[in-house]
This record gives sequence, structure tokens and C-alpha cells, in this order.
Amino acid sequence: MKLEAFDAQGRPRWDRFARLLAALERGETDDAAELPPLYRQLCHDLALARERQLSGALVAELNELALAGHRLLYQARTGEIRGIGAFLARDFPRAVRSELPLVASLHVLFYGLALALALLAWAHPDLIYSFMSQANVTEIEQMYDPSGAGAGHERDSGDDATMFGFYIWNNVSIAFRTFASGLAFGVGTLASVTFNALNFGLVASHLVRAGSAEPFFSFVIGHGAFELTAILLAAASGMRLGLAVLAPGARSRIAALRAAALSSLPIIAGAALMLVIAAGIEAFWSPRALPAAAKFAVGAALWVLVALWLGSAGRSRAD
Amino acid sequence: MLALAHVLGKLARACAFGGVRAFTYDPGRMIDTIHAVQTPEGVDLALRVAGPVPRALAWGVDTLLQGGIALGLQIALSAFAGFGVGLYLIGLFALLWFYPVLFEVRAHGQTPGKRLMGLRVVQENGTPVGWSASVLRNFLLVADFLPLLYLAGLVSMISDTSFRRLGDLAAGTLVVYADAPRAPVTRIPDVTPVAPPIPLTLDEQAAVIAFAERAASLSPERAAELSAIPRSLTGQDDPRASLIAQAAHLVGRTA
Repeated sequence: MKLEAFDAQGRPRWDRFARLLAALERGETDDAAELPPLYRQLCHDLALARERQLSGALVAELNELALAGHRLLYQARTGEIRGIGAFLARDFPRAVRSELPLVASLHVLFYGLALALALLAWAHPDLIYSFMSQANVTEIEQMYDPSGAGAGHERDSGDDATMFGFYIWNNVSIAFRTFASGLAFGVGTLASVTFNALNFGLVASHLVRAGSAEPFFSFVIGHGAFELTAILLAAASGMRLGLAVLAPGARSRIAALRAAALSSLPIIAGAALMLVIAAGIEAFWSPRALPAAAKFAVGAALWVLVALWLGSAGRSRAD
Repeated sequence: MLALAHVLGKLARACAFGGVRAFTYDPGRMIDTIHAVQTPEGVDLALRVAGPVPRALAWGVDTLLQGGIALGLQIALSAFAGFGVGLYLIGLFALLWFYPVLFEVRAHGQTPGKRLMGLRVVQENGTPVGWSASVLRNFLLVADFLPLLYLAGLVSMISDTSFRRLGDLAAGTLVVYADAPRAPVTRIPDVTPVAPPIPLTLDEQAAVIAFAERAASLSPERAAELSAIPRSLTGQDDPRASLIAQAAHLVGRTA
């Protein structure tokens, strides 16, 4: 068939398809029964026009029309989260447990490094000044001043709200960056974990020496359960990306990266939610001037809660 | 005949529409930026992927817009002291990480910057981008930034045939041109059809038709230059009119 006859014959149904598509996209009609047969006919016409090389302009026009139909017909309802409750109660703990070796290794790395640095700094008290400026150290000392003028003092509620916003902005962003920079062969993630461990170990050691152990640990223990665990979970998902690129196994690097990225999404999403909870605790609970014993008790309870939640939630039923 | 095939091949390449394959669909034959998607109907659809420059411009527009929104948020919330600062920081967080995700999933794959540049994010099979893919590709922009100024992303884009940055590779997405190609095509004018003096192959017929469809939009000099190539087809006096008359015959008109 020649171009003009082909065009004259097909034009009415192409126009009809275009009109139906536009109406469906604008929501003017929901009667799509006619769409699939028209779309199949359009694909047939496109293949014919291309095979017979009727005209570049016609092929381009039909291609664009078929693409619009393809977008509408084959759109997937992917990534619909089943509801935050089900996610937190089942999917997230399960995803964390499926990465247990990685999560455990990162915990060992973080707390091992922090402890090593704390001991080293205990033996060499000046070590902290190699990592921080004098002003920074003084600021931290004042924050956890045992006389009660620092973090333990009562702030007004506006300050708490400001700090809540700051912890979300700062900590969740750090978690996302820790995750994403893992793509660079895991180097970005490891650097972030190492840096945080060094910082934590040095500061803890310095404050214990300065006699601020109680205000410091009673402040940190409450939100630490959620915050430290979430940061290490973000790191685990980042390392999953890095390992997929470094050691893709039987798959191509891109295929391995894709599988790793999809499987680590629930972990990074859950870690972000944990950090929001941590921000709430850190802003509204940790700075309260309460007896240290009460804060240690609540903090310990939160650690047990996190461990139980991630360790056992979602184990029972198949779905 | 071989020589004719050669010159018609040149004509065909000169007349090919920007980025649209007018001729046989053979990925090995033409070097261009078409990403083919095979549909369940067994037909290849052509997606025109976008390169680094329009995408960088779209990113620039979006970044400016994000800055503007952040500024507006700051001014609007400055009245509420402590709570205002807290809300502002949460807004800043949402703006930084979820502005592109929200637009890509909710606005047909287009952030305002991409809409301005005529771009769209789609899944690799041409369907609309979903939440998980959009979150992945936008969060991994951090990895594309490494080691500085999006160098990793740029290297990834220029070494991939579909211009995918690292985030696109991990999420299985593409950035494509959203609008139909601006093909400067007109109907072949009403002239008396003339049969070509020799039988033409499909490729050659397609080249002659493509020339006739675009003749009106070419400058007279360019049209003369192109139509002068296939001498054995046109004769000497008016090669342009001669090619158009033959095209009219080839599309099935009768005298």
C-alpha cells in the first residue's frame, strides 16, 4: 500500500485513539474498553509504516502516539507503601534482619573504633585537639557542664521545636548521604562511619575525664538507641550498594546494583523514620532536667525496645 | 546503481529528521540517541533520551526554584520565632530531598525545570516513573556529585548510550524528551506525479519522499544542493521539482 492510501485508511482510527487518550488523561471519561484494540491496531500500523519505510514524518507521529498509549496502558502501580504501620511492624524489621551480617559488622566497626579511640584518648589526653579546635572542645565541655548549666537546663518550648527541626534537617540528611555515597565502592559510607566513631569516642573520653560522664551519657542514652542504630542501618544500606558494585557475583554490575538498591530502600526509609523519632526524643526528652537514674532507666528501656522491635517484629506470619 | 545507492544514502542521511529514525530500525546502523523499547505488542517504540546539557539546565532551573521557595519559607515563618525556625528546617529538609520526587511521581515525570526544558523521567520500559525509582534516582544524586561538581554523573552519562547517570542506572530510569519532535514536515505539494526513470529500492524511495516532505522548509540553496546529488534520477533542468514529482508518484498519487 502506498503512503497516501495508508494514511487515508488509518487516519480516522489514529485520531480516535488520540482523542480517547486525551479524554482519559483529563479524566473526562473512564470508558477505556476501546483503548486496547485501538492501541494494538496502532502498534500494527506503526510496525507496517516502519517496515515499508512509508515516511519518516508518519513513523515519528505514530511512534509518539504509541508511546503515549504505552505510558497509559502499562503504567505500574509500584512502590505503593502498604501503610506506615505495616511497614514499621513487618517489612522494615524483616529487611533489617535480611542484612544482619552487614548490620552487625557495622556495629562492631563503629563501637570498636569509638572504644579504641576513647582508650587512646584516655592515654593521650591531647589527642582530641588534633581533631577539634580549642573553641569546639570548650563548647562541648560547657554543654555537658556537671554543674547543670549546659544541656541539662530547662529550655523553653520554642527552642525545643527549633532543635527538633534541626535534628531532622541535619541527621536525616546525613543518613541519606551516608546511604548514597556508598555507591562509590562503599568508601563514602565507611568514611562517614569512621568519622562519626572517632568523634564519638574522642568526645566521650574527654568528657569522662572532665567529670561530665553523667550529664553526657544521660543525655545521649535516650535518643541514642534510635539515632545511632538508624545511622548504622543507613550505613548498612550504603554498603549494600558499594558491595554490589565491588562484587556483583554472577550478575552484571548494573543488575547487581539495581537489585541492591531496591532491597536497601526499605532499610533507608525505616532508618529515616527512626531518625525522626530520635529527633523527637533528642529535642523534647533528652534535655529535660530529670534525675540521671530516671534518664538511664528510660534510655535502657528504649535500647531494649529497639533491639526487640528489629529483632523479632514481623517474624510470626507469612505476610 | 551502486553509485546511485551511495548518493541516495547521503540524501537520506541529510533528510533524516532530528533524532527520529525514518528508515529501517537497526540500532547498529545509525549512531543516534534513540532508546528502543519493545512493547508486548511486538513493536519497537523509540524514546529520545536527553543528554547532559538540557538536563543540567533543568537542574539549574529547579535549584533556583528551590532556593526561591526556601527564601519564601524563611520570610513567611520568620514571624514565629522558635517554632518557625523548627518548621523552616523541616521544610528545608523536605525541599532538598523530596521536591524532585514529588514532582516526578505526581506531575508526569516532570519537575518544573524538566517541564521548561521539555524533559520527562520515565522507567526504562517507557512507563511512568514510580515512587521507589524516583526516590532512588534522586537520593543517588549525592553519588553522582562525587568527587566534585557532578563529575561521576557526567562521566556515567557520556559513557552510557542512553545518557544514564549513576542514579538512573540504579533506579532503571531514563530522562527523555517529552514532546514530539519538531519535524518541519509539510504535505507533498500537488504536482503532476512522475514515475522515477529507474526502479528504486525502499531506502531510496524513502529518501526521495523525505526530501519532498521537507522541501518547503529548506532554504532554496540547500534544497538545490540536496536535489543535485542524485543526477541520474533528476536530469539537469529542475532537479528539485523533478524529485518532488517523483515523490508524489511514490506516495501513490496518479496523474
